[in-house]
Amino acid sequence: MADAAAIAGGRLDTFPKLLLRNATARASRPAMREKDLGIWQTWTWAEVLDEIRAFALGLQDLGFKRGDTCAVIGANRPRLYWTIAAVQCLGGTPVPVYADAIAEELAYVLEHADVAFAMAEDQEQVDKVLSVGDRLKSLRDMVYDDPRGLGDYDHTRLHSFEAIQAKGRERLKNEPGAAQAFLDEIELGKGSDISIILYTSGTTGRSKGVMLSAERCIAAASDTAAFDKLSDADEVLAYLPLAWVGDHYLNYAQGMVAGFCMACPESAETVQHDLKEIGPTFYFAPPRVFEGLLTRVMIRMEDASSIKRRMFHYFIDVARRYGEDILDGRPVPFSGRLLYGLGNLLVYGPLKNVLGFSRIRTAYTAGEAIGPDLFSFYRSLGLNLKQLYGQTEAFLYVTAQEDGHVRSDTVGPAAPNVEIKISETGEVLFKSPGMFIGYFKNDTATAETVDAEGWVHTGDAGFFDHDGQLKIIDRAKDVGRLVDGTLFAPKYIENKLKFFPNVKEAVAFGDGRDFSCVFLNIDLNAVGNWAERNNISYASYQELAGHAQVYEMLQSNVDKVNRDLANEPTMAGAQIHRFLILHKELDADDGELTRTQKVRRSFIAERYAPLIEALYDGSSEKFIETEVTFEDGRKGRISATVQIRDMTVYPAAEEHKEAAE
Amino acid sequence: MNAATETAVAGETAGREVLLKVENVSLSFGGVRAITNISFDIQKGEIRAIIGPNGAGKTSMLNVINGFYHPQEGVITFKGEARSKMRPYEAASQGIARTFQNVALFKGMSTLDNIMSGRTLLMKRHFFWHLFHYGPARREEIEHRRKVEEIIDFLEIQHIRRAPVGRLPYGLQKRVELGRALAMEPELLLLDEPMAGMNLEEKEDMSRFILDVNSQFGTTIALIEHDMGVVMDLSDRVVVLDYGKKIADGTPEEVQANQDVIDAYLGVSH
Repeated sequence: MADAAAIAGGRLDTFPKLLLRNATARASRPAMREKDLGIWQTWTWAEVLDEIRAFALGLQDLGFKRGDTCAVIGANRPRLYWTIAAVQCLGGTPVPVYADAIAEELAYVLEHADVAFAMAEDQEQVDKVLSVGDRLKSLRDMVYDDPRGLGDYDHTRLHSFEAIQAKGRERLKNEPGAAQAFLDEIELGKGSDISIILYTSGTTGRSKGVMLSAERCIAAASDTAAFDKLSDADEVLAYLPLAWVGDHYLNYAQGMVAGFCMACPESAETVQHDLKEIGPTFYFAPPRVFEGLLTRVMIRMEDASSIKRRMFHYFIDVARRYGEDILDGRPVPFSGRLLYGLGNLLVYGPLKNVLGFSRIRTAYTAGEAIGPDLFSFYRSLGLNLKQLYGQTEAFLYVTAQEDGHVRSDTVGPAAPNVEIKISETGEVLFKSPGMFIGYFKNDTATAETVDAEGWVHTGDAGFFDHDGQLKIIDRAKDVGRLVDGTLFAPKYIENKLKFFPNVKEAVAFGDGRDFSCVFLNIDLNAVGNWAERNNISYASYQELAGHAQVYEMLQSNVDKVNRDLANEPTMAGAQIHRFLILHKELDADDGELTRTQKVRRSFIAERYAPLIEALYDGSSEKFIETEVTFEDGRKGRISATVQIRDMTVYPAAEEHKEAAE
Repeated sequence: MNAATETAVAGETAGREVLLKVENVSLSFGGVRAITNISFDIQKGEIRAIIGPNGAGKTSMLNVINGFYHPQEGVITFKGEARSKMRPYEAASQGIARTFQNVALFKGMSTLDNIMSGRTLLMKRHFFWHLFHYGPARREEIEHRRKVEEIIDFLEIQHIRRAPVGRLPYGLQKRVELGRALAMEPELLLLDEPMAGMNLEEKEDMSRFILDVNSQFGTTIALIEHDMGVVMDLSDRVVVLDYGKKIADGTPEEVQANQDVIDAYLGVSH
């Protein structure tokens, strides 16, 4: 016979046991918030346990057994999180699915994971499941959260969350052993149980189900919660996709471990308002969110009165000079501190308040490269923004930057208790406390990813920088070598170029060649704006792209990239020798970009073969004619003589750098 | 919808009680006859479409129903009570709400305040108390605010709750206007071209809201709309006007098959 206190005092190797601990130790602390009808509703840990227990007992009554899987489909709603916990309490495995998954993807995941139950957020998700119902042989019952529009549906195998909870509450009232049965189920749970199966987004081929064990999840989350000093005084806003490892880790797992409060936004569109109202202390967002926010701030400032605008720009300049040093605790002249303090009062404080960043102690970004200026902007305002590198297979963290040791071009040293090794081919390998057990029902893929010694292959190429921070340069399969053997990472070079506002797209070539060269696309907005300010008239994109002054400007950008590359021993050899500005914008309609706006390097190489030839044969210009597809589907041809510029190449600065340190 | 449910719906419609009845109504402005001797009824709980080419008298008909125009001839019976002359606010207090062809919101006010304004007629406390936001007035406002929040939740416009409506895109303004009409808790909701100027996605959303209003609140709806796809999908019965005269009345299928309608309006059926 188990009792709650005994379980909570024992080995906390599953999330349900942590839940009991929190409900005992933090009974009246807030655990969850949700905005309903415009008012924030709060549940304490004790109340959350109560909700989860009622639902779990109802689910058990419906026939849920240890080992069953349950799909959880929808956005960040408390009841969906409670379903995850309830399923774990009963010894089952939750399988969250992206809310925006199309029916086909949904069917694949539900079928592959043999789900017996499904929790759907609303009518939309219920409809999706029903539309593929004939393929889901193992699916027995479905539960929904929001009853809207579902009144007329056949309810023989469809149940509302309330109905299941009511059943559970009835059992608690009438069945003397019900409460005990719930605790017994939790006690039966072992740390080695599969805690959750997270399906990867599947950008390459079919998505794979990453199995994570309870004890490993908790070990990883405990490490990082300690690393970032998270406690039950913290608060987060759960707005990342529920099925994404980031949400499960940062909000659910760390929340359970540290006992902090998770707030659910009112709807996906209100996240910005909710952020401001909740004022989270821990925050994660991908770089494009930060970029979007900065753009919005800048546009608003353009519309502000001239006094405000001047004040803003003056103090942003002050922040640029002293902000990061103050944040990292480096020495700053007294006058600088004074000015920064004034700026904080007048600009940074109010700005952070509007963005909902006032209380943030730790913020992370990850997923793609972040521009140095963008990164510095937020950090100079006093936002402790850091980078991490992670994977679903690692249960998120592989590396994380420490407070005070933050750079925009690296992702930090190994996270606590994570081992990292760079393979001979340059691929990043790791062993981590949270690493996955294997792919569900896919041993071949598991064997491909985890080698005999237990190293997990990330598929990303990277190297350690001089101060021990990891730099991720590209997908391992895209990394090539120049003829002399120098590492050539096209995306790394392209990203550096794209951080310049004038450059919209860049395509780097060099694999198996003597040196690297790039095609550039100018950003018509940025360059057009510049042309307007400088009284340069142009009739078309093509004309502007070929303008001598535009070439000058981009040449200085490329030069800066070369200087940058020269400072990095591994990359110095891949400096750009020659570049050209394409006469047309790369376009998904012409097959040059994917629909998600990623360059298709090999297709472009084929299509513009004469230009590549010209880049490498030393000619200074080249005539080219290309077919283009207009938006209405008509085809046309455009031709141009494209100029090619030679660049200065700098000597690698390895010795110099080491001497300087 | 399959054949079985269709007949069921048609059968249901036939047995429904009549909410509003228009009998031999004529309306003219000086020498111009906008509406000539029109009769039709709107049954409780149905979605009734009024269609017709431009200038057929659809909006005039709507204006007659909600008391903005007074017909020279004819009788309008609402909830079994015949009326001759009635002001719009009297119609409103009887339970008729409407939206307009051109959005008619208070542009400088927030979404919340606009929808709240729809509840003016339901506010019972004296103006004096509301002035001080005190006692019963305060309690009343909280009650009304709850209703308004339910509507905001229903129409999924939480993210624009505090935004001045003048700054919102057109599709959202239309939705706010529907919200304001719903705030009156009407028995009969008149929608004047709810989909005009919307893109496909906005139309789909609006259609869903109209169907949900009808099924969830049981509100009777009369709508004017030019998008035939929408009309045929949403409405239980359709009345067709042309040059101020009624030329057809019946289920969407019947109307679609009617030769007069095809000639006057629909062109070739598709």
